[in-house]
Formats: sequence, structure tokens, C-alpha cells
Amino acid sequence: MLSRTADNLYWIARYMERAETAARLLEVGARIALLPSAQGYRNDWDSLLRASGNAAGYAAKYGAPAEKAIESWLFFDRDNPNSVASCITAARENGRIVRTALTGQVWDALNTAFQELRQLEARRASCELSRLTDWTMKQAAMVRGSIDATLLRNDGFNFLNIGYYLERGDSTARLMDVKYYVLLPQLEYVGSGLDNDQWSMLLRALGAHRAFHWAYGGEITAAKIAHFLILNPQSPRALITCVAGMANHLGRLAKYYGRETLAQPAVQDLLKMIETATVETIFDEGLHEFLTRFVGEAARLGAVIHDSYLSGDM
Amino acid sequence: MTTYFNEMFDGKSVRDPYARLGDWMATMPADRRLEKQAEAEALFRRIGITFAVYGEGGDPDRLIPFDMFPRVFTNHEWGKLERGIKQRARALNAFLVDVYGRAEIVRAGRIPARLVFQNEAYERAVAGFVPPKGVYSHIVGIDIVRTGPTDFFVLEDNCRTPSGVSYMLESREMMMRMFPELFRENRIEPVDRYPEALRRTLASVAPAKCDRDPTVVILTPGHFNSAYYEHSFLADLMGVELVEGADLFVEGGFVWMRTTEGPKRVDVIYRRLDDAFIDPLCFRPDSMLGVPGLMDVYRSGGVTICSAPGAGVADDKAIYTYVPEMVRFYLGEEPIIPNVPTWKCGNADDLGHVLSNLKDLVVKEVHGSGGYGMLVGPKSTKAQIEEFRERIKADPSNYIAQPTLALSTTPTFVEEGIAPRHVDLRPYCLVGERIELVPGGLTRVALREGSLVVNSSQGGGVKDTWVLAE
Repeated sequence: MLSRTADNLYWIARYMERAETAARLLEVGARIALLPSAQGYRNDWDSLLRASGNAAGYAAKYGAPAEKAIESWLFFDRDNPNSVASCITAARENGRIVRTALTGQVWDALNTAFQELRQLEARRASCELSRLTDWTMKQAAMVRGSIDATLLRNDGFNFLNIGYYLERGDSTARLMDVKYYVLLPQLEYVGSGLDNDQWSMLLRALGAHRAFHWAYGGEITAAKIAHFLILNPQSPRALITCVAGMANHLGRLAKYYGRETLAQPAVQDLLKMIETATVETIFDEGLHEFLTRFVGEAARLGAVIHDSYLSGDM
Repeated sequence: MTTYFNEMFDGKSVRDPYARLGDWMATMPADRRLEKQAEAEALFRRIGITFAVYGEGGDPDRLIPFDMFPRVFTNHEWGKLERGIKQRARALNAFLVDVYGRAEIVRAGRIPARLVFQNEAYERAVAGFVPPKGVYSHIVGIDIVRTGPTDFFVLEDNCRTPSGVSYMLESREMMMRMFPELFRENRIEPVDRYPEALRRTLASVAPAKCDRDPTVVILTPGHFNSAYYEHSFLADLMGVELVEGADLFVEGGFVWMRTTEGPKRVDVIYRRLDDAFIDPLCFRPDSMLGVPGLMDVYRSGGVTICSAPGAGVADDKAIYTYVPEMVRFYLGEEPIIPNVPTWKCGNADDLGHVLSNLKDLVVKEVHGSGGYGMLVGPKSTKAQIEEFRERIKADPSNYIAQPTLALSTTPTFVEEGIAPRHVDLRPYCLVGERIELVPGGLTRVALREGSLVVNSSQGGGVKDTWVLAE
């Protein structure tokens, strides 16, 4: 397959996953707005903006965080490259470029998302936020589902999945880091029980609120959450799940092409970093330090994948 | 008042090929028609077949309007068209081989040397080179208009990269999906073997150095190009890679594409890119779309480029007037489909005639395309005519003029119901080891009442084109 085609496929997945992340952030934001704002209303919105990865862009355009402006920034704003609208448009454009590497259903799902987005944009004033977030997650699920149901299990399928897992692992790590680092900078609060609402919010942001309770039960604690989101392979968005997913698909690529690249050992290194960790070692190192290290390593892995398969310079 | 030939109604009676469509049309309730029209539009949008109009801004995902009323040819009518089209495609290719070789037709005084050798589309870079199988133009799009039951004329030739074939294929798909009953009642020749025929044609002109099953690719300027949909559609149906210039590179006398498994050799390039852009080392140095060094590989027999660089000299509007001469010169035959009478403004006699009859003529730029830069006399205001007069005077040899043709009409669904609208026809003739023509083509229809301009950039639409089986 053309390197450029692989690159486009990889980015379709990353943008769709990113759109979903933006929608989840919005959902959490909407929920925050419904809670009695005993503490830190401003901080919560702030943290959402940070998690979305472009707080500076927002500040430059709108100044102080305000609910309506943030909604617009995270969903509709084309100046925000990580907004739902920007991501869906970019995913669809990447899909249009590699139309031939997709099945009719996958293209249909991408294109339908884009066409419906344009309708939403036309009457954005009357769009309820909950509808927008539901809509986004449904579109992401449609794309993901049509990929799983209809696409050949060839190299293109692997590149799509690598994109999905890389983006998802990255967003889980960032979301955790924002919650941990921005909201609870003073160590004494951590695990004190005061932060239950915050942690619960984090689970919601990752769509894992109920799943968490099924898996653990009882009190929400920082240790349990860290385990669930980093180390539990049952959790679909856990770092370990995402890295194992990449390892699997990079392994399949190596088999498919009959040759290994630098990407295979690189992903094994990252997998080892997580597999050998425990909640204790992570907290000893410092959660923020661990997550920062993970985000850095994941970015390096992304660069190796790019050089090994997507750039065409071999 | 000009009278126009209506391809369906001959006076009050319905002409043979349309016999069964009469009932279909009469019995379709208005609401079903609107429903179907909406369904067609939704389908086109979903599959992503869109067309961007150059320089107009606006909706980049705009659709070419699709008219559901098919245009129909009898087998007999098509037989004559087919012979005429193949004859012309053969003559045009013979001309190209000749003018890049000994130029016998010029030596024989049948075409002025100036028109050939000083033509902007004449590529000195390929003089003396004979492409594989002696084919320069592998896909010849010949635009044909009709003015009466047996009166067909060639309006222009497209020897470089004629577009629109995806509309021929998609219009048919759409009709079969929406009105299967029509295909049961009428015996219609299929067109869906076109992509396979195109692939075969391209593979048949593999370069001298290719010693294996040739790897064919389509080279596109990229996804911002208005015809990108067509490029990707054809690549998909042929099962070949769709590449951009940056996906290719030259090394060791061959062209390679960058793949996830490393470089892979490319043997035949169907380029949808003008000559000027294909190789910055040979043509425009500022081209970001091409492949540096491509022409060297081409000339040394390492790759075939379709259409061959330089093919454009045959479809120039000034050369057009000499195509009947080519048919006689190379094939020793009379043209089966004649040209539209044409005045060359570069000739003093013709210029006088053109300038004093502007209000009745259609004037075109010699190198223009797509309905841009032309004057349709009877449809223009005095001011527009005077403005054009000045442009012609400033550079006469840049213009040709033709009578305003009484383009035939076919019934077309319009706002008020069904009304006659003007149409033309572009069939796609494939030239490789053999010459092939799929029975059908792209029928373009001028949707505005009274309009004679069918280009999609000027508000034209498309129709399915049927050739009835015997």
C-alpha cells in the first residue's frame, strides 16, 4: 500500500477518536454545570480546556472560560483543530483521499457524519449540547463499527487500528494528568476523599463510570482509578489496552510484510514499561511523572511508526 | 426562429428508440418524480461524487445535476457513431506519431507547419520518440452534437485527459438502481466493462523495459482537484493505486512508488495532469505536482505515460479544422462524422466574415476549454459582443468561430415538469493494442431553458445514455 494511503488511514482513526474525546469533555462540562458549584467552577472548565489540548487557542480567542464559548470552541470552532467539527471534517477529508482503500460503508459513515455536521452547523443556535455529544459518539461508533464489520483485515486495517489505539492512549493519559495535576496540585488532597467528585468526573469523561463500578465496586479511590485506567486490560481505554492493541497490530504488519521495523521493538518497550508497573510504583514515581513519561514515549513511538511506514522514505 | 431536432418527438409521434419511455413518462406521478429526484441526489452525495467549479468558490462539494430522463440511441445510430469515432481516434494518433516523426502531412502541404510546430502544445521534448504501440492518446473523448435524425458533427476532440467518464458509469448505476423496470423493458447495452477495458488498454502499452505483468497507476494532482472523485473512482474500479507526484520518485532508470513495504516499480502511468506539470526538470520548474526526472525515464523506455506528453497538439481547436484532412491522409477514407464548419480568425478572409457576423456565431479561444472564454453570439448582449470583437481583433489567431448549431434536444425533467433541453455527447474511445468503444458515453444537458452551453461549469447536467441492443 502507498505510504501516503497508510498515513491517511492512520489519521482517519486519530481524528475520529479525537472528535470523540472532545465530545466526552463537553459532556463532562455539561454535567459540571449542573452540579452545585461549591468549589472551583472556573477550575473545572479550565481543566477541560487543558485536556482538550488547546487552552491557549481558546484564551486568545475568547479570554476567560465561559460555558457557551467553551461549548462552541470544543464542538463547532474551526479555529480549534481539536474541535469535533475540525476532527470530523479532517477525518472525512482523509477518507475522501483514500476512498479506494475504504469500503462503501466506511466511507458512508464518514461522509454521513460530515454531511450531518454541516446541517448541525446551519442551525447551531438550536442544538442542545446533549444532542451534540450523543450525536458525536454515535458517529464515531458508526465509523468504528463499519471498519470492524466490513474492512478487509489487511495492512490498511492495521494502520487504522494503530491510529485509534495511539490516539486513545494519548487522550486517556492526558485526561488523567489534567485531573490529577491541575485540580489537585497539593499532594495532601490526593486520596483524601475530597476528590471523589473529581475522580468520578474523570471516569465519566472516559465513558467508564459504570464499567468501573462493575469491575471494582465500593469506594472510588485514586489507586483503584489509576489501576483501572492504566493497568487493567479489561478497561477499553486503559493505557495497557491501547499499547497492547498497537503491539498486536504492529505485530500483524510485521507478519503481513514479512519484515520487522524499528516500530516493533519500540512498542514492546512501551508495553514493558506498563506491564512491569504497579499502582505502588506509579505512585512512588508520581502519577504526573509517570503520565508525562508515557505521553513522551507514546509520541516517540508515533514518530518511529511514521518513519517506518508512513513517510515513504525507507 | 430556429427549430431544433427533438430526439424523442418527431412532430406529434414518438421516435422509435423512445417508444417505451413515452408511457413511463406519461404515467409517472409528479410526487414520485420528486421523490426519485431527491433519492438520486442523496445517493450521489453519499457516494461522494461531486464536482468543484474552478474559481467560483462556494460549495466545494457541489453535485453535477443529474437528470433522470435517459437519452437513447438505436443500435443503428450507434453503429455509425462508433465507426466514425474509432476512425477519428485512429487518425488523431497517426497524426501525432507523424508530427513527432517525419511530419509527412506537413511535407505534403496538407497542414501548415506553423500550426503544428509553433503550437504551444507541441512538445519538442518528445520529438523523435515513438511511444509503445505508436499510441499517443489512449483515451480519446470526442464531443459530438446532433442537429437532425442523421446529422451528427464533431464539435471538438479531447486527446489529453478527457474527464467525465465516472458520470457515465455512475449515471447508469443510478438509473438501474432507481428504475430497474426500465432495464427489463428496454434492452440496453451495458457500459460497466469500461474500467476493465481501460485497464487492459493501459497494460497493453507497457514500456519496452517492462518484462512482467505491468504495474499501472493513476497520477492525480491531488484531492483538491475538481475531478479527484473520478480519479479515485477509476483507480478503485481498475484495482490500481492512485498516486500523487510526491508518491513517486525516479531511480536507476525506473519510476518507483513509495509504499509501506518500500519502493515498488511503476510501469504505466495514467496521468490526470497536464504536460506542463508532470516533470519539473523537463517542463515547468515550479510544478509541485510532478515527478522530477520522469521524462528521462519515459524517453528511455522505462515507463509509459498515458496520454503521451505532446498529445495535446492534436486536440487544439486550430488543428481541429484539419482532422478530416488527417482521416483522408492517413487512412485514405472519408470522415464518417463531419466537423462543424469552422472559420479560423487567423485567416484574413475568415476574420472579416466572423467580425461581421458575430451575433450569429459561437467564438472560442483556440486553447480554451470547459466553456470558458467563449462567446455565444445569439445569447449575448451588444456590449458583450463588442467586448469580444476587441479581443478577437487584438489576437485573431487565438480564435475560431462556428455557426450557432441547432443542438438537438431531449426531454428533461425540469421544475415545471418535462421540457426539451439541449444535449451533446462525449463517448470515450480507448486506444491501445486495439481500439475499443463502450456503447454509451456522457450526455451533457444544458438545464437552463434555451441555453446551448452544456458544460458542468456553466450550469450543465448529465443524463444516462442508452444504446439499445439489436
